[in-house]
Amino acid sequence: MQVSKSFKRVIFLELAIPVALLTIGIYHGLMQTVYRAGVLQQTSFAKLDYYQGLTLHGVINALVLTTFFAVAFGHVTMTFYLKREPNKKIMWLSFWLMITGVLMATWAMLAGKASVLYTFYPPLKAHPLFYLGAALLIVGSWLPLFDWARMYTRWKKENPQIKTPLAVLGTLINFIIWFVCTLAVAYEVLVLLIPWSMGWTDTVNVNLARTLFWFFGHALVYFWLLPAYIMFYTILPKVAGGKLYSDLAGRIALFLFLLFSIPVGVHHQYSDPTITQGVKFFHGLLTYGVAIPSFITAFTLAASLEYAGRKNGARGLFGWMGKLPWFNEDRFLFSYFIGGLILFIFGGVTGIINASYSLNSVVHNTAWMPGHFHMTVAGPVFLGIVGMSLYIYSKLSGKRIFWPRLNTIIPYLWVIGMLIFSFGMSWGGLRGEPRRTNLGTTYLNPDSDLFRSDWVPTTLLALLGGIIMFTAGMLFIIVFFGTLLRKKKEMGVLEIPVSDAYHDEKRVPLFDRFKPWLVTMVIIILLAYVPALINVKKNSGPGAPRFSIDNPVPETAAKK
Amino acid sequence: MDKIEKRIIISSLALMGLFVFSLLYARNKYKSDVPECLPYDKAYSEPKVTKLDDKTYQVFSVAQMWQFQPAEIYIPVGSEVDFYLTSKDVVHGFNIAGKNVNMMAVYGAINKTTVKFDEPGVYDIICHEYCGIGHQNMRAQVIVNYPSAK
Repeated sequence: MQVSKSFKRVIFLELAIPVALLTIGIYHGLMQTVYRAGVLQQTSFAKLDYYQGLTLHGVINALVLTTFFAVAFGHVTMTFYLKREPNKKIMWLSFWLMITGVLMATWAMLAGKASVLYTFYPPLKAHPLFYLGAALLIVGSWLPLFDWARMYTRWKKENPQIKTPLAVLGTLINFIIWFVCTLAVAYEVLVLLIPWSMGWTDTVNVNLARTLFWFFGHALVYFWLLPAYIMFYTILPKVAGGKLYSDLAGRIALFLFLLFSIPVGVHHQYSDPTITQGVKFFHGLLTYGVAIPSFITAFTLAASLEYAGRKNGARGLFGWMGKLPWFNEDRFLFSYFIGGLILFIFGGVTGIINASYSLNSVVHNTAWMPGHFHMTVAGPVFLGIVGMSLYIYSKLSGKRIFWPRLNTIIPYLWVIGMLIFSFGMSWGGLRGEPRRTNLGTTYLNPDSDLFRSDWVPTTLLALLGGIIMFTAGMLFIIVFFGTLLRKKKEMGVLEIPVSDAYHDEKRVPLFDRFKPWLVTMVIIILLAYVPALINVKKNSGPGAPRFSIDNPVPETAAKK
Repeated sequence: MDKIEKRIIISSLALMGLFVFSLLYARNKYKSDVPECLPYDKAYSEPKVTKLDDKTYQVFSVAQMWQFQPAEIYIPVGSEVDFYLTSKDVVHGFNIAGKNVNMMAVYGAINKTTVKFDEPGVYDIICHEYCGIGHQNMRAQVIVNYPSAK
């Protein structure tokens, strides 16, 4: 469809700015593996400290890229399926809030005043502008939801008997999850951390801050993941040359995510004090609940791909795998999607291990963890985001892809690198290798008393994977900006592939309305989080003063 | 929704049920559990090793930027150790790989776990939560049956 210039501009900016920032994010990803393998045995390189780089890597890749893309992709799906553009003013306001927040936080990080990693656990104190920047990014990403809700209600009034398009349903569900979960982190940042970092309050309850963070933190990963799920359900079957196996399965999965994405956060705190074993176990059970929609998705997508393969003439039990467009330049999205899905098999399995209550004690906070989540957020999420960004940009600008052959190979190169990297990290984690640690100066330095020779092979594997991924990432940057610099060849249009459903069930009213699901969502959240918060309140001692990253003496005491 | 889909959903539910059963089974049989939760008490913030009897020890471990106290813990083989953990400043980690000891040390909170050391050797306690610029130096050791142990 044709869209206005203003709409195009917002989308271009929201897609291109995070891809540009990725150069910093991916560079620091590579550097992590270099330091960790002991190739660099120092605290900083090129004037950037290890932990500063790790903060940049996490914030840019996991918060900025994902949030910007989710908003842009939300605008695209809502507009494309409802055939109406969102309110221009809200689009721009949302963009400016987000970009201001990113600039503030990026300044704080580059100035070395916020090397607190993307989880910013207190009582490590960051510069107030880092917290304020994060808050602005979040608030900016809330705004479109209210406008989309208005667009949707209007559409529903005009089409009461037509099923809500799956992509629209997914976008709305995703941003409802996002809005609810970010309320907790907004409270943490605005009420607990900003006044404390400014010196207006003396102490902060660290346990409460952690619990609020993880109320947000796990739903955050679904906020990353759902845009990829929307692509897998509504776009992948089409580009594979087939149909979506079941439309209803997609709806069920999405609503289950609405119920279970948030009330599982304590599974990140299995090793924390102040929360009882009973509450932890309950959150573990609910986490198994959120595995169900992913199982449904795995089956539905595999069935859709098999259908596509057979339609292309495949025979036998596994013949369909060979009949898919693995290296088709015109359907390059398939390469990005299938690469992500291959990684997600391992990401999902390791995730269930982490969720499994006491089993988590084996792997908690070891290198196993980044080994796991890189196969989710840097698997289907990252590949879906960059592939789709390129696709939307190319269609909307009317420019052809730069170096299309290479473009179909990049995702597979990424997958190979990621598998090697994650294998090294997981293996190291099982040997006790910690995550978020500059191993090169001590544990991987043969001259240090702390040297651990059993981590040499594991960190070397991670390094090899890191180099391959860095290469794939930089090749993508070349393809993206190569496309951006090309001349316009066609009319720019808003276009995304649309999959038909193989089983296109009749409209089931329960799966076409929000109210009963929202009520259930709130009930489960209360059941899961009221006991957790009571625990924290009851078992916490005094709050903590401010600590900077380089001084064991708290700031207030140092001043006196 | 067709027959195969229904079967898939039922088998996924059954699989998750099997996992839950295995967790509970392992919890009872091997006493593998997540850390215990204790109300805050200032008494735990003094680092010390207390011998309760020949085979039972109590360790009050205090994490701080960038060391654990006590830094070396000597115990005989076959000892059961209760670790009580807190932090003097920022969040730290406390991981003994291979022993399922995995806790967070948090200011204003007490964490606890129990573990038995059946094999002689030197076990690294590694801080696995980022705690500032000296994080990578933060390690303590449990020394089981050291020849010159007291």
